[in-house]
Amino acid sequence: MSWGGLDTAGITAPPAQARRLDTRRILLLLGCVVVLLSVVRIVTDTAGLTSSGTYGAALRLAVPILLAALGGIYAERTGVANIGLEGMMILGTWFGAWGGWQFGAWWGVVLGITGGATGALIHAIATVSFGVNQIVSGVAINILAAGVARFLSVVAFTGQGGGATQSPQVTSELPRFTMPFLAGGDLFGWRSPDVLGWLERRRWFLVSDVSAMFRGFTLELSILTVMTLTLVPLTYLFLWRTRLGLRMRSAGENPWAAESLGVRVYTMKYVGVLISGGLAGMAGAFLVLEAAGIYREGQTGGRGFIGLAAMIFGNWRPTGAAAAAGLFGYADALNLRSPEAVHALVLFVAISLLALGGYYAYRRRVVGASIALALGALAAVWFGVTETVPREFIFITPYVATLLVLAVASQRLRMPTYDGVTFRKGEQIS
Amino acid sequence: MGRSGLAERVPAVELKGITKTFPGVVANDDINLAVYPGQIHAIVGENGAGKSTLMKILYGMLRPDHGTIRVDGQPVHFRSPKDAIAAGIGMVHQHFMLATNLTVLENVILGAEPAHAGALDMGAARARVRELSESHGVPLDPDRLTEDLSVGERQRVEIVKVLYRGARILILDEPTAVLVPQEVVELFGQLRELRAQGVTIIFISHKLDEVLEIADSITVIRGGHTVATVDPEDVTARQLAELMVGSELPTPETRESTVTDEVLLSVQGLGVRVGERWAVRDATFQIHRGEIVGIAGVEGNGQRELIEAIMGLRLPDAGTVTLAGTDITTWSTRQRRENGLGYIPEDRQGRGLLLPSPLWENTMLGHQTLYPFARGPWIYKKGARAQTDHLIGEYGVMTPGPDTSALALSGGNQQKLIVGREMTAWPKVLIAAQPTRGIDVGAQAAVWELIREARAAGLALMLISADLEELIGLSDTLYVILRGRLVAELDPATVTPEELGSYMTGAREAGAA
Amino acid sequence: MSRRWGIRLLWLLVPVSAAVLAVGISSIVLLSIDASPVDAFRSMVRYGTQGNSFASMINRAVPLFVAGLAVAIGFKMNLFNIGVEGQYRIATLLAAAAGAAITLPAPLHIAFIMLVGMAVGAAWASIAAVLKVKRGVHEVVSTIMLNSIATGLGAYLLANYLRKPAVGSELLIATPPIAPSGRLGPITQIGGEDLRSFLLIAIALGVGVFVLIWRTRFGYDLRASGINPDAARVSGVDPNAMVIRTMLISGAIAGLIGMSDLFGFFHAYTLDFPTGLGFDGIAVALVGLNHPVGIALAALVFGWVDRAAQILDLEGIPKEVIVITKGVIILSVVIAYEIVRRLVQSAEVKAAAEATRRLEEEKEAVPA
Repeated sequence: MSWGGLDTAGITAPPAQARRLDTRRILLLLGCVVVLLSVVRIVTDTAGLTSSGTYGAALRLAVPILLAALGGIYAERTGVANIGLEGMMILGTWFGAWGGWQFGAWWGVVLGITGGATGALIHAIATVSFGVNQIVSGVAINILAAGVARFLSVVAFTGQGGGATQSPQVTSELPRFTMPFLAGGDLFGWRSPDVLGWLERRRWFLVSDVSAMFRGFTLELSILTVMTLTLVPLTYLFLWRTRLGLRMRSAGENPWAAESLGVRVYTMKYVGVLISGGLAGMAGAFLVLEAAGIYREGQTGGRGFIGLAAMIFGNWRPTGAAAAAGLFGYADALNLRSPEAVHALVLFVAISLLALGGYYAYRRRVVGASIALALGALAAVWFGVTETVPREFIFITPYVATLLVLAVASQRLRMPTYDGVTFRKGEQIS
Repeated sequence: MGRSGLAERVPAVELKGITKTFPGVVANDDINLAVYPGQIHAIVGENGAGKSTLMKILYGMLRPDHGTIRVDGQPVHFRSPKDAIAAGIGMVHQHFMLATNLTVLENVILGAEPAHAGALDMGAARARVRELSESHGVPLDPDRLTEDLSVGERQRVEIVKVLYRGARILILDEPTAVLVPQEVVELFGQLRELRAQGVTIIFISHKLDEVLEIADSITVIRGGHTVATVDPEDVTARQLAELMVGSELPTPETRESTVTDEVLLSVQGLGVRVGERWAVRDATFQIHRGEIVGIAGVEGNGQRELIEAIMGLRLPDAGTVTLAGTDITTWSTRQRRENGLGYIPEDRQGRGLLLPSPLWENTMLGHQTLYPFARGPWIYKKGARAQTDHLIGEYGVMTPGPDTSALALSGGNQQKLIVGREMTAWPKVLIAAQPTRGIDVGAQAAVWELIREARAAGLALMLISADLEELIGLSDTLYVILRGRLVAELDPATVTPEELGSYMTGAREAGAA
Repeated sequence: MSRRWGIRLLWLLVPVSAAVLAVGISSIVLLSIDASPVDAFRSMVRYGTQGNSFASMINRAVPLFVAGLAVAIGFKMNLFNIGVEGQYRIATLLAAAAGAAITLPAPLHIAFIMLVGMAVGAAWASIAAVLKVKRGVHEVVSTIMLNSIATGLGAYLLANYLRKPAVGSELLIATPPIAPSGRLGPITQIGGEDLRSFLLIAIALGVGVFVLIWRTRFGYDLRASGINPDAARVSGVDPNAMVIRTMLISGAIAGLIGMSDLFGFFHAYTLDFPTGLGFDGIAVALVGLNHPVGIALAALVFGWVDRAAQILDLEGIPKEVIVITKGVIILSVVIAYEIVRRLVQSAEVKAAAEATRRLEEEKEAVPA
C-alpha cells in the first residue's frame, strides 16, 4: 500500500492473481452463513443468535459504521486518506446533540453533518492545498475535534442539565417506521398482524431465522437508517455513473493523467473530502439522535476507524462496505444483547475456520490451511471448555474481527492507485 | 505504401526553422520537417538527438525559441497541449497516461465525457468508442479493466483516446519500445488502417528495421539538426544507421590492454520477467579484472532489469550471478555492496541521493556500514566529512562545503559526487549506468580518465551508456543489448559506426547478412 | 556562512507561527464566550510560574516526552505507530504486576520492571509489524485496532488474574503494590512539590534516542528510508527488516511511558492510571518535529499549559479551551512545517548556487 513508508513488497514476488468475488459466489457464501447460523442456533439453543431483536440492533449499530465507511470511500477514491473520520464523527455527535436539543432532531442532523464537514474542510486545506502528510493531518484533526467537543460541552451544556462530558437529554426524535403486516406496523390506525414475528416464534430451522432477519430489518426502522441504506446504491451511481464521479475517481487513480485531460484534480479532492466529513458527521448525529438520545464523550468508540476497516474490507466499494458494516454491526449487537449468543458465535467461528481450512487444503495452500485449521480447532476447544465469553473479550470482538479481516484479505484488495499520495500540480512522479 | 509524390499538396504539419535551447545545450537547431496528410512519417535519431524536444514543441508542451509551425497550411501558436488538441494533434506518449483501475471506456472519455445533466451517457460513449475503434482498425473492448490489458492493447487505448478528441494528426513516441514482436505487427496493421482513413501519423523511433517497414517518409535528426529526409525505398538500414550515428566516431586511444584472466563478475543465462514479457533473456557475459565491458543499447531494452538483477534489487527468474567466484544470485543488496559490488545509478536523484541531506551523508550512501563512514555500529562523521572533502577536491565538485545539502548542487556536480563516492570505495566490480550523463565536457573527460586509472589498477567495470563515444572510447569488450538479449559481442577497436548502429537498432542481427 | 545561519533561522517561523495562531485562535474562542483572553493568560502565567508549578510541569512532561520519542522513531521512517497508547497501557499493567510479584535489590528491581515494560511494549508492537510485512496491512489501522484490543485484554487480565486481593469492602481494582525496592523516591523538591526521579532516566532515554537516530548505522538507515525509500533500498537497506526493527524499538520505548508515574507515584497499576498519554505523545512528536530536543520542548510546553490551565476554572473560564489551543498548535505546526520546508529548500538552493558561482570565479581568476 502506498500510504507513505517503504514498499515492503518491492523485492518479493507479486501476489497471485486474485479471484474476483462475483455476485453468485457472494450469494452462495451468504446462503451458507445463514444456514450455519441457524444450525448453531438450534444446537446451542441460543435464540439471541438470530433473533429479530439482534438483527434490528445489528442494523442500528451498522449504520454509523456504514456512514463512516462510505465517507472513507468518497475521500479515498479521490486519493486522500482520511484518518480523521473519527474526529469528524465526534463533531457530528456534538453538533447533532446540540442541534437536536436546541432546535429539534432534524436540525441536529443538519448541524451534525455541517460539523463533520467543517472538520473535513480543515483536513482538505492541510492536505490538498498545503501538501501536509495525510495521516499526520488526520491524526491532528482527531485531537482537535476531541478538544473542541470538550470545550463546547463545557460552554453549552454545564448548568443546563449536562456537563463537560455529556449533554442534556435530547428529547426530540426522528420518525421511525414499522412495516405493516410483516412486522405488525400500523396501517391507517389498525394494528396489523405480525406475520414474521409469528414465524420467528415457531423456532423452525431456517424459516424462523430468515423471518427473524427480515422482521429485524422492518421493525422500528429509523428514517436515517433508510436514508443511509439508500446512500449505498446512490454512492455507486454517483461515483460510477456520473461525470463528476468519474472525474473524482480519476483523481485517485491517476491524477496526472486526469490533470493532463483537463480535470481539476484539487477541486475533486476537496469535494471528496468534504462529502466524507459530512457523512461522518451524519454518523455522529445518528449515534446521538437515534441510538443514545444524548451526547457523551467517547461515544464514537472508534467507529470512525472501524468504518475505515469496513471500507478496506469492502474493497473501497459501497456494497462491500455495507456488507462489512453489517458484519461489524452484527458482532456489536451480539455484544450488547446476548452474551450467550457470543459464546455460540465462537462455535460458528470454529466451524467456519475449519471449513476454510478444508477449502485451503483442497486448493493446496498449505500455510493458509494449517493456520485456519489450527485456529478453528482452538476455537472449538475454547467453545467446549468455557461457558461464557468474558465481558472484556466481547468488547474487543469488532477490533479483533477487523484485524483478522485485514490480515486475511489485504493482499486481494485493490485500493485506489494513488490513494494517500500527495499530489502537487506540475510535479510528476514517474 | 504511399509515396509523398504530389509536391503541390499542403503539408498537414510543417515545421520550419525550429530552434530550442536549454541552459548549456541546444536541443533543436533549425529543424525543418514537412508531413503530408495521410502519410506515416518517421523521425529517427539517437537518444539525445532532440526528437523528444521537437515532439514536445509540436504538442504544445514547450514553445520554440525560433521557427514556425503550420497545421494544414495555417500558422499556429500552441500555449499548451489543449491548443494542440484543438488543432487536431494527438500525442500517444511513450509512458502511458492511463488509470489502470478504470475501464477502457472510462480512460478514453475522461475529461470529455458525454453526459445528460451530469449523468454519464454510457451508451453514447460506448457506441462512439466502438465506432472509432472499428472504423480505424483498432480493436478494443470498452468495458475491460485497463489493468487486464496487455501493453499493446493499452497503447490502443491511448490511440483511441486521441482519436476520440478529434485528432487527425497522431504523434507516436517510441511506440514499439514496450511491445513484443506480435504486438508490433498488430500495431502496424492499425497504423495502416488509420492511414487509409486519412489520419496523418508521425512516428518517432530508433528501431530502423521497423521504421523502414512502416514509414512513407523518414527524417533523420542528429545532434539537434535535421540531417536528411529520405524515402524508405531509396535507402538501406545501414545507410540510415550511418546517418543517425554519424560517420565520425572517436577512435579509441591505443592503450595497452589491462585485461587479466581473473573473472570477477560472471553472469550466466540471466533472465528477468516483467509481467508477461521477458525484460532480460539469456544474458551471459563475464568481466575480468582490469576490463571494462560496455553494453550499448537504446534505453528501454532491458538494461534496467539487468542491473537490478545483478545488484540484488530484483530476484532473477533464471540464471546466476557470480562475484569473484561466489554465487551471489540470492544475496541481499547490502551483502553485495559490502563484498565489493559498486553501483552508479542512472537516476541520480531518485535512486542515488538523499536530496535534503548534507553531502557527507550522501557520500556514505551505499557504504554506510564500512569504514571510513562507520566504525562498528557508529557512523563516523569525521571520517565521512573528510572523505567528502577529499571527493570535492579530487572530483571537482563545486560546492561550498561538505555540509551543503545535496539538492543545492547542480546535476553535474551531483553526478560527480556519486561517481567519486563509488570509485573511492574501491569495489571489485563497479556497475556504471550513464555515468557521465548531464556533466559538462571537462568533467566528463576527467571522469573518463579516472575510470581508465581505476581499470589499470584492477577494477572491473560494467558500463551501460547511450553515449557511443563513451562506450567505444572506454570499453575493452562491447556488447549490444536489444529487447533483453545480448545480440552482439564486438571489438570496440574495430567496430564501425554503422555496424554498431545497426545492431543497436535491430537493422542487423548477429548472424544475419 | 552567515547566510546559512540566516536560512536556519527560517525554521523559527514554525514555532512562532504556531504560537501566534494558538494564542490568536484561543483568544477568539475566549472572546466568543465573553471571557477575557488577557485575564486568562495573565492568570495562567501567574499560576504557571509559581514555585510549585515547575515540578508539576516537569512531572507531566516526562511521560509525554517518552511517548513522543516512541512515536517519533516511527515517524522518522514514515511508519505511523499510532498504537503507542495500547502498547504503554498493557506494558505498564504487566510490568506493575511482574514488579509486584517479586522483590529484588533496589536497582535490579527497577531495571526488571523497566525491562518487562519494554518487552511487552515491543511484543505488542510486533503484531502490527508482522501484519505489515507479511500481509501488507497498513500500520495505522492495525495499531488503532490493537489499542482497543490492548484495553480489553488488559482489563480482563487485571480483573481476573492480576488484581490484588480485595481488603474488606474495598472496590479498587489494582495490581498489588510494588515493594519499596521497586519504587523511586523524588530527586528533590521544587517549591514544595516532588520532582519525580524518572526524569533522569527519561533524559538518558532522550540522549539514547538521539544517538541512535543520528549517530548509529541503524539510525542512518532509518533516516534514509524515511527520506528516499528507493535510494535506501539501492544502498542496501532491507525494507522488511527495517519495519520490524523500528516497530520493536518504538514499542519498547512506549513500554516506558508509564514508568514515571508508576515508580514515582502509583506503585501499582490501578484503574486511575493516566490514559491518553499515547495520543498526547503523537501530538508532542508532531509539534517537536520528531527531534528529541523539539519533543522535550513540546512536552514541557504542553506540560506547562496543562498545569497553568488548572487555574482557569477558578476564574470561571473553562479550562477546556486549552485542548483547543493544543489542537491548534498541532495543526499549525504541521502546516507551517510544510511551508517553511519549501521556503528553506529554495533559499538553500539559491545560496549554494551563489556560493558555487563565487567559487568558480575564484578558480578562473587563478591561472591553472
